[in-house]
Amino acid sequence: MMTAAGSVIFEERKSQIHRKGEKPFDMNCNRESLAGAVSQRACVFCGSRVVLYPIADALHLVHGPIGCAAYTWDIRGALSSGPALHRMSFSTDLQERDIIFGGEEKLYRALIELIDRHRPRAAFVYSTCIVGIIGDDLEAVCRRVSAEKDGIPVLPVQSEGFKGNKREGYSAACKAMFRLVGTGGTEGISPLSVNILGDFNLAGELWIVREYLARIGVETVANITGDGRVEDIMRAHGAALNLVQCSGATMELAQMMKESYGVPFLRVSYFGVEDMAQALYDVAAFFKDRDREIVGRTRALVKDELLKLYPALQEFKKDLCGKKAAIYVGGAFKAFSLVKAFRLLGMKVVLVGSQTGTDQDYRELHEITDRGTIIVDDSNPLELSSFLKEKECDVFVGGVKERPIAYKLGVGFCDHNHERKQPLEGFVGMLNFAKEIHSSVMSPVWRFVPRRKARN
Amino acid sequence: MEPLPYVSTTNACKLCGPLGACLAFRGVEGAVPMLHGSQGCATYMRRYIISHFREPMDIASSALGEKHAVYGGGANLKQGLKNVMTKFGARLIGIATTCLTETIGEDVPMIVEEFRREIRRKGGEEPPAFVSVRTPSYSGTHMEGFHGAVRAVVEQLAGEGHAARMLNLLPGFLSPEDLRHLKEILAAFRCAATILPDISMTLDGPALDDYPKIPGGGTPIEDIWRMGGAGATFELGRTLHGDPQSTGKLLKERFEVALHSMGVPIGLRETDTFFGALEQLTGMERSPRFAMERGRLVDSYVDAHKYLFGKRAVVYGEEDLAVGLTAFLAEVGITPVLCATGGRSGRFRSAVEQVTADILPEAPAVGEGMDFRQIEEQAEILSPDIMIGHSKGYSIARKLGIPLVRVGFPIHDRFGGQRTLHVGYRGTQSLLDRIVNGLIEGNQNNSPVGYGYM
Ligand code: SF4
Ligand code: SF4
Repeated sequence: MMTAAGSVIFEERKSQIHRKGEKPFDMNCNRESLAGAVSQRACVFCGSRVVLYPIADALHLVHGPIGCAAYTWDIRGALSSGPALHRMSFSTDLQERDIIFGGEEKLYRALIELIDRHRPRAAFVYSTCIVGIIGDDLEAVCRRVSAEKDGIPVLPVQSEGFKGNKREGYSAACKAMFRLVGTGGTEGISPLSVNILGDFNLAGELWIVREYLARIGVETVANITGDGRVEDIMRAHGAALNLVQCSGATMELAQMMKESYGVPFLRVSYFGVEDMAQALYDVAAFFKDRDREIVGRTRALVKDELLKLYPALQEFKKDLCGKKAAIYVGGAFKAFSLVKAFRLLGMKVVLVGSQTGTDQDYRELHEITDRGTIIVDDSNPLELSSFLKEKECDVFVGGVKERPIAYKLGVGFCDHNHERKQPLEGFVGMLNFAKEIHSSVMSPVWRFVPRRKARN
Repeated sequence: MEPLPYVSTTNACKLCGPLGACLAFRGVEGAVPMLHGSQGCATYMRRYIISHFREPMDIASSALGEKHAVYGGGANLKQGLKNVMTKFGARLIGIATTCLTETIGEDVPMIVEEFRREIRRKGGEEPPAFVSVRTPSYSGTHMEGFHGAVRAVVEQLAGEGHAARMLNLLPGFLSPEDLRHLKEILAAFRCAATILPDISMTLDGPALDDYPKIPGGGTPIEDIWRMGGAGATFELGRTLHGDPQSTGKLLKERFEVALHSMGVPIGLRETDTFFGALEQLTGMERSPRFAMERGRLVDSYVDAHKYLFGKRAVVYGEEDLAVGLTAFLAEVGITPVLCATGGRSGRFRSAVEQVTADILPEAPAVGEGMDFRQIEEQAEILSPDIMIGHSKGYSIARKLGIPLVRVGFPIHDRFGGQRTLHVGYRGTQSLLDRIVNGLIEGNQNNSPVGYGYM
């Protein structure tokens, strides 16, 4: 593998990179980050925070020193249609004496204070690295506060950062939420009903999906967790079906709900035309015995939307045909959808990666990509930049940490992470995506950047 | 005014120690910052810093996992150092501890020393410089982390040196644009200075051909070696004055370099002090260019006074910046009704008093260790006309319906935070213009008439 990237890739990490067509697929993933490698990854706490964050009527208290809470203050684009408690950053801001004598008392007092002040429907208490070390008993404090405050759910989230990567955080979040599920009444729920799992309502995306579902006659019981409400989650077990997007984040909850309450689940994605349509068709197929017309209604909806969308897309496609894209996003399912979305725009995907993919995910990615595509797991700026150069990309899709890598090299960039303020889901989202990719690729500024000048 | 004694913190007006340390290390040539702790801290800080500077910010981590938290992270730290050396070609690795490693009691200097010996034993290339600093965030904010890292660099690297530069300038945490302006001023005085740290290029660089492993610029390590031989040290930031841990004090005690402590040069008087000190040090008069800038500034103070007199401002953010802003506001007739910071140096109040004593009838209310909930509660009582501070005060300004003039760090909801000029006559000029315009725009928006001539 003698490539420009050869010199910057860590020996220990070579097995986390695969070039399609060079040799049979075999790739390592879900390992700990390598020390000193400047990983793009985060921690367990981050994973929990991402998943639970959009539950808007809950209190989210970070038990730990200030940084962990400060860096996660309102950094995501998750919208709420009502309360917005999630946009505040609450912390116990542990000080030296708490570290020495233990932080339980401070946590207790902070919880009481905040619950009295904000009257939330539930409280999530996140433990951070240091709490794991000093050994505060979160469970006990939460139980005590819950008992004193009329039984309001106070849920410990075991998210000590060092206990693994983001995936463990997802799991901790699911475990915390699962304690809520099944505690509410389920009367009045339609037989044609779903929970939406793994959507975070960035820029209001979830509302788009809910609207499609409503149009085909399906009720949404709980949004987990975008625009989330505690009460909805408590009665979520009454829904007929769980729709799981962002499988890494909420699959575990879906599985637990299946085992305990017999709620089946479907894996879906709302990104791109194909996947959005497929998601709706799958829902329709699931309910077709209960409602004979649902399939017809769904077809009509998709047709309707496509008739609006296609002419607009053709315009963008003219310019974008043959351009090259790189993808490095958090979830594997999102990566699949993006590969297809780029294809729809006539573009070639030359790099695709996910920070949290499983072996199965990477196999699927391997299936759907073209020969020569680079597939990566955990990566760092040096590697990513060498891939971008080698493949002469026109646009890079990633999160905020990836942006300066693209820009320094004179490559267009599209933020497809939790900070986006533009809805990219659904049919209308595809149009937004096309627009954004078009404006990133076609901007005249690339003529003036040193690296691209040399190329032209 | 004492902030209300809450147990919990809501929307903190501070960040944690290692973030400050990473920013300071980033200002040394060829340096890579590295955190000894778990992966998450480094990733969060990178993201936070990148959003402000819109520049690459690589922070390595020893990426500790559960077993290291129990058995110690020495081996990971060494492996991390090795990887940073070989892949990034660092000339200096600045290691900051995190809450985790401080709590488990990691002895970083010892691990680093061991590592250095191991490399030497194996022969081969001379290892880079290693500088380590302790930055548990449960005992200090990002500013303690920043100053701690600057001090660690000097403590662990500086020597006497012969071809000494004339001046050591310890600017504190300023914007890249501020540092460029300070350099321009120094150049006009033909004053050779070591500026530590210098993020003017490393966190605001040009478009490039290639992704730099380490961005160009930063304080040359050779210059740091010779800091002990300089003629004088200028240390900017009034709360550092009287700090037993100040780097300027260290240089004075260890190498007898004369120390001039002064405020951040914002506003007329603080900038005059800075220019005055330079004139004295170099024996040169300021060039006509700066005399003209000063003259224009005074002229605009006059032009602006009716827009400003008696207006009430809430100022918040890092202590030294907030003190500088307060000094300036007092000069133009604005009443700072609250000077707030999340820091707890214990010297903020007296610094605010120093810069307002001869000009305001009474000292402004001062809040140390405040969070944004407390600032909001006070602001609601004080009904200010304007807020001056970083982006995180936006929700309060929005609620109160008053303009927010964005200064300092972080600027996450506007463009060009790294190019904001705060210091010197010119920086003061731009602050003045922005404040006046902010107030005019506020009046215009609220006026039923829609005057187009204000
Ligand atoms: S653990 Fe400490 S160092 Fe890490 S982010 Fe939290 S406050 Fe900062
Ligand atoms: S790694 Fe630990 S300390 Fe750092 S941000 Fe995550 S939870 Fe906080």
